[in-house]
Amino acid sequence: MMAYTIFPLCENALTVRFSNEMSEEASRCVQQLASLLGSGAYEGIIDIVPAFSSVTIYYDPLILGTYKQACSIIKAEMEKMDPTSLFREKRTIVIPVCYGGEFGPDLPEVARYHCMAEEEVIRLHSAARYKVYMIGFAPGFAYLGGLPSQLAAPRRAVPRLVVPAGSVGIAGSQTGVYPFATPGGWQIIGRTPLALFHPNQQPPSLLQAGDIVQFRPIDEKEYRMWGRDGCFRS
Amino acid sequence: MGVFVLDGGFLTTIQDLGRWGFQKDGVSVGGVMDAFASRLANFLVGNDESEAVLEMTMIGPTLRFEMEAVVAVCGGEFSCQLNDQRAPLWQPLSVKPGDVLSIGPCHHGYRGYIAFSGGLQVPLVLSSRSTYIKAAIGGLNGRPLRKGDVLPLQPPRRVPMRRFDWGIAYRARSYIYGGEKIVRAIAGPEHHMFTAESVQRFFTTAYEVTTQSDRMGYRLRGAELKRHTDREMLSEAVAFGTVQVPTSGEPIVLMADRQTTGGYPRIAQVLSVDLPILAQARPGDRIRFQKVSWQEAERLYIEREHEMRQWKAVIQQKWRDTGGTN
Repeated sequence: MMAYTIFPLCENALTVRFSNEMSEEASRCVQQLASLLGSGAYEGIIDIVPAFSSVTIYYDPLILGTYKQACSIIKAEMEKMDPTSLFREKRTIVIPVCYGGEFGPDLPEVARYHCMAEEEVIRLHSAARYKVYMIGFAPGFAYLGGLPSQLAAPRRAVPRLVVPAGSVGIAGSQTGVYPFATPGGWQIIGRTPLALFHPNQQPPSLLQAGDIVQFRPIDEKEYRMWGRDGCFRS
Repeated sequence: MGVFVLDGGFLTTIQDLGRWGFQKDGVSVGGVMDAFASRLANFLVGNDESEAVLEMTMIGPTLRFEMEAVVAVCGGEFSCQLNDQRAPLWQPLSVKPGDVLSIGPCHHGYRGYIAFSGGLQVPLVLSSRSTYIKAAIGGLNGRPLRKGDVLPLQPPRRVPMRRFDWGIAYRARSYIYGGEKIVRAIAGPEHHMFTAESVQRFFTTAYEVTTQSDRMGYRLRGAELKRHTDREMLSEAVAFGTVQVPTSGEPIVLMADRQTTGGYPRIAQVLSVDLPILAQARPGDRIRFQKVSWQEAERLYIEREHEMRQWKAVIQQKWRDTGGTN
């Protein structure tokens, strides 16, 4: 277990922070602590928010006690954590993406920016393995690490008023999928027919922190055959 | 059977105490903005505090009842009429089929709550009935009320009384009033990223609630807050009442529908017990943040929870005394 600091966020939440930087090791500690405390086995813990290098724990002070008492309970649990154990099998989620055309209006722009063919952008983007560092910003939105540096591209000068749900974008050194239609300034290079968020499934977010993501290029014909529920209709 | 919506009001949504347990999926907690008023409203009609209520904003809805029920309207000082007769706030009201409850504009405060005996029985989505407009889930199809909607209501658990002559004393609801509000806060995790003068200014000068304020957060206008470092921070959990400061230097207080995580430095955290004061602030109101210690914040939190238990016990006793079948 890495060294960590604990501080109160509010009267019923505390944050355990492993590092001020992003790192594999910090991320591993985050996943481990989040799955330990998020198992539902602890009475008085009401929510867990894993982030890049910290875990925030919401608790009921009338059950778990004051901040000091909550700290000592959590510290004691962390002592028991085995730093060498694998917290969870890493899942690989493959996300089908129809690149370019009406689904990826900024693909030509990104290709031009890097002086490469559109096919090369698609090849690089779909060859990489991405790690889900955290889910945040919106329901089912994954912060992915691992975008090939050759693909990093600035945000659009003028954000779009509506980016459709499922859009796959690049902003700086990040790539990600918009779970909902929102305004946004990312360069949109494609779209997935999969829904990233299912309110009636458990867990509701398709992607979970710690997952590995790969994008698989599909054509428009295949895009139309996918249901939003993730079922393929041939 | 239920309640027919004749007019949805300005922004009326179904809310409960929030959608807990799904922040790891990026799902906002949401829930009522003013938990003090909504919990008391539920107690007044004999409910558990976690039942779903209507949260109304600025102008309330008009409802026609198709069944007997006990209701209570708490929170901001709204005009409130039952069948063209003025009806009191913060007090149980019994209604019968055909009765029309019209809530007009809000004169003091900004948000009000209508609790119904038995609670609003819309389906649970991710363990909560709260309306979450961004993801279009919870409440009535994930959207605000509009004309023609029918609110599903549980038949009352007890025989409604014709008249109630008791309610919540004025002293408990004085937080609704006044255009300049004092809100207590502790220093936030990144307060050291700001210059000492900026932290000093934040805790001494008044900030105005701008029109860019909603259930997600309030943008404030006032003394600019400067950082002495450009260091970026990694996104991390934020809470109801977190005051974050984007590069513009003007603070934003995060409210019920906040995102789960944020990446701006947090200069302060508003005390849980003072969140209802903020929830009742409207654009144009002024807010002064008063710094208190962490120990004080924690003490007040526990004290408030004990106070709520007392309210519940007192109201239950009142129900028994006046012949309710509790």
